Amino acid sequence: MFFIITAFAAIITTIIWYVKAPGDKYRLSLLVFIFWGATLMWFVDHVMAYFIEGGEFFEINLDATILGISTTIIGLLIWMIALLVSDPKGIWKRVLKQRQSA
Amino acid sequence: MACFIAPMTQAIITTVIQKSIEKKEKVSGIDQSRKPRISWSRKLGWLNKLLWGGVALLAFEHLWHGEIVPWPPFLTAMENPTDIGPMLMEIATIGVAMAVFVTFVWWVIVLIADAKVKSIPRIKGSSTSEGVA
Repeated sequence: MFFIITAFAAIITTIIWYVKAPGDKYRLSLLVFIFWGATLMWFVDHVMAYFIEGGEFFEINLDATILGISTTIIGLLIWMIALLVSDPKGIWKRVLKQRQSA
Repeated sequence: MACFIAPMTQAIITTVIQKSIEKKEKVSGIDQSRKPRISWSRKLGWLNKLLWGGVALLAFEHLWHGEIVPWPPFLTAMENPTDIGPMLMEIATIGVAMAVFVTFVWWVIVLIADAKVKSIPRIKGSSTSEGVA
């Protein structure tokens, strides 16, 4: 289930990135790469596990669903930190200037 | 168990290579070139983001399943000698397959991007396509 949720997140972020392209002010391409990287790796993991161990291809249960949601949150968190560090709107500079002038 | 170790090792190597190429490109002034092309540092940047992004989320999944812990030896399989062999086997099979597959997908992306850039008519002053950092 976490594979499906991450793949879904990858597709949605790719569509949003494409709509906003060629501008990438908020580094949406980073989020696209994060989700696609994980999706591709889990795809290989699922395929190999299916052929080696057998059983179901998709693990559909509550634990896998919560894990999928959690990994999506982790992906968003990494992107958010990268966004705040790079600060494309210059918010930190403006806040610091405001505090200095106050 | 620890399949993400293989793509993580690749990510470390490709990140070092990217930084080195980036320095060389800055020195040679490739960005000032009027040829419509995507620099290798940028292309490797895409691969690094794919690898590091995947590794980060896979590491979280392993943490979730209790396969890695935030204290030494970090990998729970290392605590039991009988688990070390299967762990190494998993890294060598699934881990390497993950790294190879991600690299293959990146290579396809690079081929498409290069073809797209070549098909763009030459515009005075433009160097590379925008959109993907």
